[in-house]
Amino acid sequence: MISVGHYLAVSAVLFTLGVLGIFINRKNIIVILMAIELILLAVNINLVAFSAALGDLVGQVFSMFVLTVAAGEAAIGLAILVIYFRGRGTIAVDDANRMKG
Amino acid sequence: MIQLIAFYLFATIVIASAAMVIFARNPVHSVMWLILAFFNAAGLMLLAGAEFIAMLLVIVYVGAVAVLFLFVVMMLDIDFAELRAGFVRYLPLGALVAIILAAELVFAVGAWSAGGVDLAARAAPVVSDKSNIQQIGELLYTRYIFLFEAAGIVLLVAMIGAIVLTHRKRGGVRTQNISKQNQRRPQDATRLVDPGVGQGMEL
Repeated sequence: MISVGHYLAVSAVLFTLGVLGIFINRKNIIVILMAIELILLAVNINLVAFSAALGDLVGQVFSMFVLTVAAGEAAIGLAILVIYFRGRGTIAVDDANRMKG
Repeated sequence: MIQLIAFYLFATIVIASAAMVIFARNPVHSVMWLILAFFNAAGLMLLAGAEFIAMLLVIVYVGAVAVLFLFVVMMLDIDFAELRAGFVRYLPLGALVAIILAAELVFAVGAWSAGGVDLAARAAPVVSDKSNIQQIGELLYTRYIFLFEAAGIVLLVAMIGAIVLTHRKRGGVRTQNISKQNQRRPQDATRLVDPGVGQGMEL
């Protein structure tokens, strides 16, 4: 039978792949945003797995809120990306220094 | 048994397509692999018994977020070959961080399985005679109503923010000015002339 450990393994691998994606695609912010979506997906799988294993519905409710934040983050992130591209003509983010941070 | 086979199928495809998302050369292909990953994650959640979250994943992620990514990737004119320049250079550092993170996750799971979880202290126990979506609805609209409304506010702020950020006034386009149209009077706009024969007419 499928235990909670199976789900934890899948979500750990997914989370690690998301972090790796952020590091190896440092210039391409679109793929970075997709990697963040993968990380949030891994968190959602974890929440749902524990919710099912413990018989507690709060995990699924919380997973919905994570989904909400993920959708809002994608919308805002892509909007910022579009105006950045309009101003610079490129989306290479490793030389983004307009704010001198 | 069939559940275990389905689990391994979904898990394999979700991990393989997640790897393809971050390694694909073309970001359009990345979005396609992302959609496949979301579908298979929805399958995993169906196996766990969370039907509503699975459907929400398909509707929100595949139907909205992935299509948004696809729009942006295809709309912007980007030289993707240039963006992949540092790919090999960052690979060792990224792999190192990923391995450390994976080790930490394994440690965390080990620490979790060492301690016990108090099953009597459940916040909202699953009732077997109601469907998953009905139980979530009863929880969401009563105990978590303020959190639910806060999620709505988050979405509203994200929507307004995205519109405000990307909206721009374009020069050189003729837009309709309704008050100017309504203020136009016949005596300003038309003229009655009575040209004589053979004199021509001044425009």
